[in-house]
Formats: sequence, C-alpha cells, structure tokens
Amino acid sequence: MAAQPGVGDLSNAKRRSAFWSRAPVRFAVIAVCFLWFLPTMGLLVTSVRDPQDITQTGWWVALFNLFDMSQWTLQNYANVITADGMATAFVNSLIVAIPATVIPITVAAFAAYAFAWMNFPLRRTLFIIVVGLLVVPLQMALIPVLQVYSATGIAGTFLGVWLAHTGFGLPLAVFLLYNFISQLPDDLFETASIDGATHFQMFTRVVLPLSVPALAAFAIFQFMWVWNDLLVALVFLGPQENVAVATVKLTQLVGNRGEQWHVLTAAAFVSMVLPLLVFLALQRYFIRGILAGSVKG
Amino acid sequence: MTGLAPDKEPFGWRGLLLPLGAVAGLAGVVLALVFLADSQASANVAAWFYDLIGNPEEAALLRAGTGNRLLAKVIIMVVALAVGVGGIWMIYTGFNVLVERLGDPWTRRLVPWVFVGPCLLLLTVFLVWPAISTVLLSFGVEVRLIPPSVEVVSGAGLSDWEWGLFNSQNHQIYWNNVIWLVVGTAGSVGLGLVIAWLFDRVRRESLAKTFVFLPMAISLVGASVIWRFVYAWRPGGSSQYGLLNGIWTSLGGEPVAWIQTPPLNTYLMIVILIWLQTGFAMVVLSAAIKGVPVEITEAASLDGASERQKFFSIIVPMIRGSLITVTITVAIFVLKIFDIVYVTTGGNFDSDVVANQMYLQMFQFLNNGRGSVLAVVLFVAVLPLMILNVRQMRRQGIR
Repeated sequence: MAAQPGVGDLSNAKRRSAFWSRAPVRFAVIAVCFLWFLPTMGLLVTSVRDPQDITQTGWWVALFNLFDMSQWTLQNYANVITADGMATAFVNSLIVAIPATVIPITVAAFAAYAFAWMNFPLRRTLFIIVVGLLVVPLQMALIPVLQVYSATGIAGTFLGVWLAHTGFGLPLAVFLLYNFISQLPDDLFETASIDGATHFQMFTRVVLPLSVPALAAFAIFQFMWVWNDLLVALVFLGPQENVAVATVKLTQLVGNRGEQWHVLTAAAFVSMVLPLLVFLALQRYFIRGILAGSVKG
Repeated sequence: MTGLAPDKEPFGWRGLLLPLGAVAGLAGVVLALVFLADSQASANVAAWFYDLIGNPEEAALLRAGTGNRLLAKVIIMVVALAVGVGGIWMIYTGFNVLVERLGDPWTRRLVPWVFVGPCLLLLTVFLVWPAISTVLLSFGVEVRLIPPSVEVVSGAGLSDWEWGLFNSQNHQIYWNNVIWLVVGTAGSVGLGLVIAWLFDRVRRESLAKTFVFLPMAISLVGASVIWRFVYAWRPGGSSQYGLLNGIWTSLGGEPVAWIQTPPLNTYLMIVILIWLQTGFAMVVLSAAIKGVPVEITEAASLDGASERQKFFSIIVPMIRGSLITVTITVAIFVLKIFDIVYVTTGGNFDSDVVANQMYLQMFQFLNNGRGSVLAVVLFVAVLPLMILNVRQMRRQGIR
C-alpha cells in the first residue's frame, strides 16, 4: 500500500488541486490494468457465447447488450469437458502435478538438511556441483533421458514424468531450501543432539515444521510450473488420450480445431482455472517465493 | 526438546517390527512403481473389479484396452498419489530405519548418504549424464545406458555441427532468438520497471498489481490461445472477431493475417511473452523501489528535481542490483522459449526459434544428432547468463 504522506493537513483547495495533479497517474494506472486484463476478458466472454454468435460479431459487441441473457451459454464448457476430453486431461494434470511437487521438495529438503547440518566426505564439493547444475537447460537432457525411458518402458508413464520434473527442479529446490535451512539457529541442533535425537528425528520434528514458509513458497511455485509446463509433458508423457495433461490437450485442440473458438476458449479456461485459483488464494506466498529467487532459469 | 529421545530398548517389539516394516514398505513402493509403469495394469485392476461386481462384458472391454476407463483412471489416480506422495517418504523412512539398526560407526557414516543419496542419484541420471551424452551425440557418438553401448553414428562426425552453424535456415532461427532476447527482455523489464514505479504512487496498489501479475499464473499455452484469438484474422469482407483486426479495420485498414506475416509475427509473439513476464519484473522491482529510502527522494524533491530526474538519477541507480537479476532471469527464460512458438505458429512463417526447432528435429525429423547440436547451442547461449545469475544468487544467499 502506498502511503499518502501529508494529504490530511492540506486545505480543501489544495486537496482539490492535489487530486487533479494525481489524475494523470491514476488514469495511467487504470489504463494499464485495463490493457492487461483485456485479452483474458476476450477469452472469458467468448467462452460463454453461442458458437454461432462468436463468428458473427466480435466479443466486445456482446458486452453492449450485457443483459440479453439469451446470448450466454455454458454449453461450450459442457462440450469441452465431456466430448473433447478436458476432464480427463484435468485429472491427468493433477496426477502429474501433485507428486511432481511433493517428490522434489522432499528430496531437496533431505539433501539441503544434509548439506547444511551433517558431516560427510565431499560435502562442500557435492553441494557446489548440485547448485552448479542450475546452468544446464533441460533441453540438454531430453534426448538421452527419453532414450533411457524408451529402453526401460517408462516413457509415457506418470512415474517417468514425475522423475523428470524432480530431476530438473532439484538444483533450484536444493539451493533455496539450503539457504533457509542453513540459517536456522545452531542452538536448536545442539540441544536436540544432547537429548540424543537422531538426524531423522531432528529433520522431521524440528527442521520441517520450522521450514514451512520456505517449503510452501517453493511448493506453490513448483506446482504452477508443472501444471503449466508443456515441453516436459509433451516429450515424456506424450499426446495419448489416457495420459495427456491439460496443456498438451489444449495444444492438440489448437492444432485440430484452430478456428473453432467456442472450443478453444472454453478449453483454455478449463486448463487455466486451477492455477488461477491457487494464485489468487496464495498470492502472498507466491510473491514471497519470487522474491526469494524461486524462479525457473 | 523432550520427546526426541530415541527408543532405547534393544530387544523391544519395535526393535523387530520396525526393520520388518521398513522392508515391507520399501517392497510396497517397488510393487506400486511396477504397477504404475505398466499402462494396462490399472485397467486390469478395474476389470477385476467389474468381474467382482458381475459385469464381465465391461471387464472384457477393459482388458482389451477399450471400454469405460473412468474407473481405471480413478484407480490410477489413487495409486499415483499414494505412491508419489507417500512412497517418497516411505523410501527415506525405510532406509533410515535400516541404517539406524546397523549401529555406530556405520550409522554415523551412512545416514548422510540416506539424506543426499536420492538427490545425487536423480541429478546424475537426469542432468549430469544426459548433458555429457548430448554433447557426445552432437559429435556423432551415441552412448546408451540401457542396454550399454557406444556407437559412432556413420557419416556424422562434425556434419551435424556443420548443419547447425552454416545452414541458412538456422541463421534465420538464431536471428529470431536474438530478436526475442533483445525485444522480449527489454520490453518485460522496461515495462515492469515503469509500471512498478507508476503503481507505487496510488492507493490501491496491490489490486492494480494483481491485474498485471495475473498472467504469471497462466500457462504459456493458455496465453498463446488467448492471444491467437486477439490476432485472429478473417478474409476481407467478413466480420473480424479478432480484437486487433477489429480495431485495425475500424480505423480503416484492410484485415491483416498477423501471425502469418513475417517479421511482424515474431514481434507479436514477443508481445505475449511481455504480457506474461512484465508481472514478474514488476514484483521484484517494486520491492526494490520500496527499499529506496524516502529521505533521498524527498530531499531531491526539495532541491527541485522533476519526477523524471528522480526516476533516472535516483531510483534506477539505487535498484541496479535488482534490475540486473531480473534482466538475467528474464533473458534466460526468453532464450529457451518454446511453448509460444510451438502453439502459435509452429515455427512456420519464418518465426522459428532454437527450442522449437530442436523439438521438431527430435520428433518430426527423428534426427537426434541435429537436435543435440541445437541443445548444445542453447546451453552455450544460456551458460554465461546462468553463471552470472548463480553468482548473483550466491552473493545474496549462501554464507
């Protein structure tokens, strides 16, 4: 929230002139918001219009007689969910995204704890290598990993795509969680080890509960990343009906039914609705995650 | 720290049950993984269920690979979530229990490896080895892990690199990536900076920010669909339902097939990226701007500095660190851009980029050698930026 310093002690006339001097800024802010929302609004409006109308007039025309209820319909959604298979794709996205969020965070948290608070040979070197792997773009891994997957038969399975997302997300996850876990106060660990706690107990009962803010920030980020990913899903899971995730399905629809906007707009919104809700509900954690540097390179 | 003391009875029932439970749990994870790796398995379980409730027709359909797969879907979802979420914990807990039973010094030596082992293993399999293998493959040496083999692809050698570096079609692709890099990065960061600065001076700042930030939650595929609709084109004479052509024709222009028109199409796709990435730049830069001490800007105002002067002479220099970080991060993202091009033009109409061409080489032309060359090109392009980024991050983060 921007503070408004000193507005209270101004006289009325001064306040009025302050209002007008601020008008251009306010207008610019509203214009930016409007501009940013406009494309999405086109999608939303079109997705509830009658397919006949969509090709006859622009979506903005429908807004001129907003309360003519006969032009609105939910039939497009009913169609994409059933006939076009967006419901299956949605479930597939969930099956992919939830474990592909939990697994990398778990693996990374254990590793970050070990790098921060355990003694073992090559600890420092290994940690630098792990963080150094941030420089490898995932394109470098596609061909060899796919060959291994094809040879072992896990190409096109959910397990394959979980592991791929885990592998590609680990360097960043370890790095961020290490930054958090290594900052926890030393006394915590001294007291606990005097009490005879094992590392596993320390980790599950002390470190994890204290790390919830960091874990949550990364979890939201990883979930959105996996849900919105196209490339990894396309390569390791493929376009078959029983495994295709929402983004892959939507891409197929663009290919097959490129100009049928009643299908595309509704399908696009179905694929977007969950991340949008997660984002709106947990915006604060999401922003915290971004400021902590949890940004996919 | 009470309640943390380990169980000290050596011969208690837990002493026997815990390791057994750990072994059983690990075996369960392996079994469930086998189940998941078999794409027909869940359908078979569903068929067995249909047999149980006396519906052999449906069961037979499922076994044949057709029929109503909803039940199969639900079964696989339950197993998948249980394995994915519970299994990973089972693995760590199980191995930890087993290692703790070994007793010192082995416990002390091995527990750290239980903690970091899975991480190192996954990174080796998914990043270290593939990166080496991709570089080798780009030079025509194919190393396979399963089954282990080394093969020199006949006639390859440097020919894939020759194609990668000297083919004129590839020069177009690299040039497009340069345009993406420069315009996309400058656009996102510049707009993000101006918007952060602008929004800083109104009361409903967080609401306004949500509008600009919202596209961050939208997938690149979803954004591409949204903007394909904005750029939609119909032949002259028919009604234009695409927003851009609607505005354009109402201003008296002839309808334009925007995404089929090079080089305009590349810039219009960059607009999609800017629409998505500006929110990110805005959030980071906004936090930085709020870190600029008010005293400094107020002192400048008293000295008669204009808003413009304050922006360029105070705010921009003071948030330089954040500006650099954001620019590098966006630049890396832009260099690897794939989804927007894949969905919007498919790389046609002279709009191809490296990551899309790499995908096409892999799956359409089935030419892994050339795909590897493009992957390495991307790696080399990203490498300096990434090193800068890691350095910047280390300066902020690691002790």
